[in-house]
Amino acid sequence: MARTERTEPTSEPDDLPPVTDKPEGPISAAIIAAGIGAAALGLFTTLAEASATVKDWLQWNDRVGPLSGKTLLAVAVWLAAWAILHVTLRNRPFETRRALIITLVLLVLGVIGTFPTFFQAFTSE
Amino acid sequence: MSFTDREWWTLVHGMVLGAFFLLAFAGGLAELYSLKPALLTRVGVQSRMRRVKVGVVAMAVAAWLTVITGTWIVYPWYREDVASSPRSTLLADPSTAEWHEFGMEWKEHIAWISPILATAVAFIVVYYGTNLIRHDRVRRTAIGLFVLAFVIAGIAGAFGAFITKVAPVI
Repeated sequence: MARTERTEPTSEPDDLPPVTDKPEGPISAAIIAAGIGAAALGLFTTLAEASATVKDWLQWNDRVGPLSGKTLLAVAVWLAAWAILHVTLRNRPFETRRALIITLVLLVLGVIGTFPTFFQAFTSE
Repeated sequence: MSFTDREWWTLVHGMVLGAFFLLAFAGGLAELYSLKPALLTRVGVQSRMRRVKVGVVAMAVAAWLTVITGTWIVYPWYREDVASSPRSTLLADPSTAEWHEFGMEWKEHIAWISPILATAVAFIVVYYGTNLIRHDRVRRTAIGLFVLAFVIAGIAGAFGAFITKVAPVI
């Protein structure tokens, strides 16, 4: 017999499946790691502009240019941060609200670091 | 009436994956928003959760494919060191140079934040599952990050469309 989805609203909590209480730690770890990845991208973008040595070093692929190193390194930092934070917070009740605030600050830093008017102010001669 | 290889890849990067991304975002957002106890039943929640997971994972996949094709396939053609490349064309004229110096410079970097955020949301939804229904704070956090991922992709996508209009990759 085919199951059909009931779409009418209900406010009966007992009608829902039981909740298996999982800690918020792993969620917070994923959220903060995303912020760290964004901030890392902003940092590498600005550093590459400020230093010709860094810019040359980040040119991991000649066709793509320094963008190859900046993005791959930012992804590596993000994954490493996620792994470390996941292990650290996996059994902790770390509130997602705190994680979100930390991440929003890191995201703003990341956006500023990738904003041309900002990073071009550091252009090396 | 035909497209060059480069034009095909530009279409895949901007339009095919862009449309897929938009569709996944709209579906994922609607399903995430409606994960409220008052709107669900024991039977309905199963298919609803499946749709949420498909939506957020699809958006993360679309975001990754978009930045990877953009950076590693289309961007090298854009920045080729020849007079006919879009970058050279834009920089040759002071009235269009800003499209590269601001538009492209911001787009090529900021775009990479979107798949990172979208992946975090996909993890939250897959890991927390039906717990999202009763934990409103986590659900709202996921929605916030999901929207941010979309806005950032929107900035990159808009500049991509404008730059392609001014100096297309041919």
